[in-house]
Amino acid sequence: MASVTFDKASRIYPGQARPAVDKLDLDVADGEFLVLVGPSGCGKSTSLRMLAGLEEVNEGSIRIGDRDVTDVPPKDRDIAMVFQNYALYPHMTVAENMGFALKIAGVNKEERASRVLEAAKLLDLEDYLGRKPKALSGGQRQRVAMGRAIVRSPQVFLMDEPLSNLDAKLRVQTRTQIASLTRRLGVTTVYVTHDQTEALTMGDRIAVLKDGILQQVGTPRDLYAKPENVFVAGFIGSPAMNLFDADIVDGGLKFGTATAKVDRETLAGASGKKVTIGVRPEDVVVAKSGEGLPVDVDIVEELGADGYLYGHTDVDGNRVDIVVRVDGRVHPNAGDKVVITPQPDHIHVFDLESGERLSKKAVETSK
Amino acid sequence: MTGSGSLNITSAIVDPALLDLPWNLPLDTWPDDSIATLPKGISRHLVRFAHLGGYVVAIKETSADIARREYELLRTLQRIDVPCVEPVAVITNRTDDDGNGLDSVLVTRHLKFSLPYRALYSQTLRPDTATRLVDALAVLLVRLHIVGFFWGDVSLSNTLFRRDAGAFAAYLVDAETGSIYETLSDGQREHDLEIARVNIAGELLDLAAGGRLDEDTDPIDVSNGIIAAYRTLWTELTGSQSFASTERWRIAERVERLNELGFDIEELAIKTDDGGSQVRIQPKVVDAGHHQRRLLRLTGLDAEENQARRLLNDLDAYRSTHVDGEVDEELAAHEWLATVFEPVVRAIPRELKGKLEPAEVFHQMLEHRWFLSQNESRDVPLAEAVSSYIDTVLRHRRDEATVIDPPTGAFTLPIAIVDEDDWRDRV
Repeated sequence: MASVTFDKASRIYPGQARPAVDKLDLDVADGEFLVLVGPSGCGKSTSLRMLAGLEEVNEGSIRIGDRDVTDVPPKDRDIAMVFQNYALYPHMTVAENMGFALKIAGVNKEERASRVLEAAKLLDLEDYLGRKPKALSGGQRQRVAMGRAIVRSPQVFLMDEPLSNLDAKLRVQTRTQIASLTRRLGVTTVYVTHDQTEALTMGDRIAVLKDGILQQVGTPRDLYAKPENVFVAGFIGSPAMNLFDADIVDGGLKFGTATAKVDRETLAGASGKKVTIGVRPEDVVVAKSGEGLPVDVDIVEELGADGYLYGHTDVDGNRVDIVVRVDGRVHPNAGDKVVITPQPDHIHVFDLESGERLSKKAVETSK
Repeated sequence: MTGSGSLNITSAIVDPALLDLPWNLPLDTWPDDSIATLPKGISRHLVRFAHLGGYVVAIKETSADIARREYELLRTLQRIDVPCVEPVAVITNRTDDDGNGLDSVLVTRHLKFSLPYRALYSQTLRPDTATRLVDALAVLLVRLHIVGFFWGDVSLSNTLFRRDAGAFAAYLVDAETGSIYETLSDGQREHDLEIARVNIAGELLDLAAGGRLDEDTDPIDVSNGIIAAYRTLWTELTGSQSFASTERWRIAERVERLNELGFDIEELAIKTDDGGSQVRIQPKVVDAGHHQRRLLRLTGLDAEENQARRLLNDLDAYRSTHVDGEVDEELAAHEWLATVFEPVVRAIPRELKGKLEPAEVFHQMLEHRWFLSQNESRDVPLAEAVSSYIDTVLRHRRDEATVIDPPTGAFTLPIAIVDEDDWRDRV
């Protein structure tokens, strides 16, 4: 087991003006499950490949434990790239499927048997070791594939979108299995996904990247309650946080016909007379009339106890889409006009120009 | 037969027959009349073969994103002349008759006369065949790496093989895990190579577990062989070389050596150092198919690299013995084609045309003729060699145009099989 450190590590492709990964500083603790997340092209896979030794590190360094691996070939880094497409060989038993890579590596038979048994216990596959893959369910086959990586007892597991080719049901199942298994094993894991829900459900901590630059790293709760900038605010959470501009006025912020109290200290850091405010869909109060931001209801999605109201409003002549969590049974309907106001103390304030967070406090969600 | 009006087909080949396949049914329930039985490797997704307007296609069920991505990758590889299967179509928005969504599919054209490695033995896979397969895969991997393609899942199962005058030519079948980069780092190449080594060992160990590997074949030795084969070829094709400026003949020597390996140098970097006393050369752009291109130019024949080499050898020998030395190459080639090659191909009875490709028949016939001549200590004439080859060899081979049997071994349904062996004996 070991920690992983990116120390101002950059990857610059020849002929590209902007680094694919720009001075990444990131510490992954021993035994931690860290998720790298971000939109396509943000540098998450490149960062993982730098750690794996598949991409050159042009500046800075990468360490596994105390060892600088920046120039170490992939197979000498003591990492396992766990990928979804491990083939299972039909004529080989589960034990053989899990252990053959050790055989190639020259590990003796006794040691192989003991490592395979140990992995099988962790994976609840002990009773299946003598069986052929045909006799296993889809989930069990996935676990055998994981077993192939586990028996090598690597220092770090690397996973690049390992669930992308599974169907939705198996994906949710496997997601849970991977997360609980790596915790039981206590092996440091770096996991790449573009799916923020996957990131929130799996990671001990999440690192959000955009355009090769680390935006924020923290626990799922940190990212949700205290996004450091507008990008993280909009990226983490589903449905996404509502973001729109508001005017700074005496005592707070004004949007539509409503005002919200925001302390002076928060707004003192703003670079202009406007700020961007963020409100999660669950932190909005909907009324038929009164003060607030007028919203036209486009559609209401009923999900049982809760529902989501999708509508739009106009801020300074620009159409802004709004999502609000509503009661699943009693709610406005498409075509209605409503007025919304953020719950007091549930407003995230960001600088209009830099997008950086101005609110000092975290905003815990209502309910 | 299509159940949905919103079915979405993206295809490079406009073939209306595509619409006739039962896209409204899950692939595992397709009726037998649509399905062709072909051997295939170990696959992650359900793959089935179907007849489509006179040819056979492979149909893979997967998610829309993966299907589209792989389709585009295969199109790119085709454009840059890397041997791979031909993408035909991506079909998304499939629904069954009740309107339930079905997985998207990728359709590729079955490569005629190509064989999966599992079809390359009748009883057991012999060591020399295994080695030749690995060598062919090494050549393919080098070619892919030269164009910046990282495969991510190099294996015998993800490759199809065509016979190539005693060797094999390898074709990429599954590009699902691949990506194209400007150039590959050493780390990426090493990683692919390591994946290849482990996968090949796994595949051969699996054959061994099923009693399908010749006892003299050591799976681990054979799989390690890809490393050496790959490195040798990579160094020849990309390595830089220094020599004194008085030894300029070394440039021609390097070009010839690459030609011999089947590659042409399209661009060579030449630098002088030490005030002009040393020259350093490094191939910058190499292109596979040296002999293929020469054969095509001279005769219009399209063959694999080693077949082309073999045919060209025969053509060159013909030119030196039968034709006046003053006659130019093109004219001699024309005469060879009309009096040697074509009569051999025409002599193959119609019912045997599906056994092997014409260029492979010609190669095997030359081998046969050589053995006959050895045995009988005389020059066996061409016509006699041809009829002997057809009757004693070709007639007894199986058809390989679209190989049927052994049946596929894909596992898509869990079947309870209890194995009595103690697993400890088998790790």
